[in-house]
Amino acid sequence: MTINIEQIRNDFPILNEQVHGKPLVYFDNAATTHKPQVVIDAVSEVYQKYNSNIHRGVHHLSNVCTQAHENARLKVQEFINAKHSHEVIFTRGTTESINLIASSFGETFLNEGDEILVSQLEHHSNIVPWQLLEKRKGIKLRYIPINQDGELITDNLNELINDKTKLVSIAHISNALGTINPIKQIIDLAHSKDIPVLIDGAQAIQHVNVDVQALDCDFYVFSGHKLYAPTGIGVLYGKEEWLNKLEPYHGGGEMIKTVSFEGTTFNELPFKFEAGTPDFSGSVGLGAAIDYVQSIGLDNIAKYEHELLEYATEKLSNIPNIRFFGTAKEKTSVVSFLIGDIHPFDLGTMLDKMGIAVRTGHHCAQPLMQFFNIPGTIRASFAIYNTKEEIDKLCEGIERIAQLFG
Amino acid sequence: MTINEIQEEIIEEFSAFDEWMDKYSYLIEIGNDLEGFKDEWRLEQNLIEGCQSKVWVHAELDGDKIIYSADSDAIITKGIIALLIRVLSGRTPDEILNTELTFVEEIGLKDHLSPTRSNGLLSMMKQMRLYAVAFKAKMG
Repeated sequence: MTINIEQIRNDFPILNEQVHGKPLVYFDNAATTHKPQVVIDAVSEVYQKYNSNIHRGVHHLSNVCTQAHENARLKVQEFINAKHSHEVIFTRGTTESINLIASSFGETFLNEGDEILVSQLEHHSNIVPWQLLEKRKGIKLRYIPINQDGELITDNLNELINDKTKLVSIAHISNALGTINPIKQIIDLAHSKDIPVLIDGAQAIQHVNVDVQALDCDFYVFSGHKLYAPTGIGVLYGKEEWLNKLEPYHGGGEMIKTVSFEGTTFNELPFKFEAGTPDFSGSVGLGAAIDYVQSIGLDNIAKYEHELLEYATEKLSNIPNIRFFGTAKEKTSVVSFLIGDIHPFDLGTMLDKMGIAVRTGHHCAQPLMQFFNIPGTIRASFAIYNTKEEIDKLCEGIERIAQLFG
Repeated sequence: MTINEIQEEIIEEFSAFDEWMDKYSYLIEIGNDLEGFKDEWRLEQNLIEGCQSKVWVHAELDGDKIIYSADSDAIITKGIIALLIRVLSGRTPDEILNTELTFVEEIGLKDHLSPTRSNGLLSMMKQMRLYAVAFKAKMG
């Protein structure tokens, strides 16, 4: 199937916006993607037609709303091929999902001297929760190093995953560079030593097919807003056996079976981890986004985005003094670069004036920037609605700005 | 010239630019020309770390006037710093504290000084005022 980009662009109303009098060129998709009309409509329909607090009501609207929320859970289950729908926990996003595991897993399974293994290209959200545990529980955070191309060096993996390691927590895909990590290899090695693995899928779920059973990962986390869904909804997938072993994260309504002042018993999965009123409009929006993505097909999306990546890489390499960061053989549609010694802030500020949205700075991955010994990069990240013409505009814009800097 | 006369002068200069590109190219030019920040002042205590760019500010008294020096790793930020120094440096604490900086808005650079722009400029302006307050107290 060939993709009709014109038609896809029409699905996203925000793409008609003008920025500083210029048509918007949006290349900040790794930060968040825009929402197609079907997602906006689905959310708006919740409030217009059946808004009601879920699970506890006996009345009609509550039942309709509950069904819509639980239907979204089934869509996520099918989307990532989880074995059970109760293995899908709704959270606020990737960050909350990782914090949930750090807190609940950490409480029960981590003791002084234990190690958590991450990588050098993690987002801060897969570093800082573990560092908090370093302080609280005296554990040690270690990382898999990377090479100059921004690929994990897996030579010493056997030593890094050792008898002190209690959990491996790795990004599926790097947010700053786009590197696709060899997660299957890491999962298999960790499992051969009975060590569970969490995969941070924030940058993968919108680009590649994810099958949690085939991967055999123990936890897989992602955010809705990078998958064309509303912001504020995310997912923690966990194998049933693991989720049953973990203590609840937050306490409150919904997550209990009985409460008395003498003691409380907890609800079963998935509700044990969903304290309080969940974001049911977000979950419905996420369901609609999954339908949307599946109607185009992730394979088609991946193919088209790869075309954009190759085009951008080639066009950009013609710009004098460009330095790319992240030249892994396996990568998604992210280009991270610097032009001569122009500060990323200066370039980003001026591209904005041309209506071009890129991300500048350290991309919440300061250890990675320290590795390259740079303050940050300019990152253009592509989504399904971007075009080669937009990439041309980016390149022209950069060249115009570079001239000013002489 | 008074502070307000210098502000007027800058507004006048910027009114000549029809296009944003000319404005930014001027900021780059004066950013590149901004000198005088000594290496010995490049200290942690003088650093204002924005998320996007870094700013260093130093201030000292020359008689009853404050001499500001500042630097940034980003040129556009540095260009705006050059304008702020042109307006505020070499003035008494009272002059600085009694003047409203209107020129930034007038020349269309206000969004660079909004709290959501994490380039360190807003903190730098606060820091410049704090120096004025401190020197005023010191002078009695």
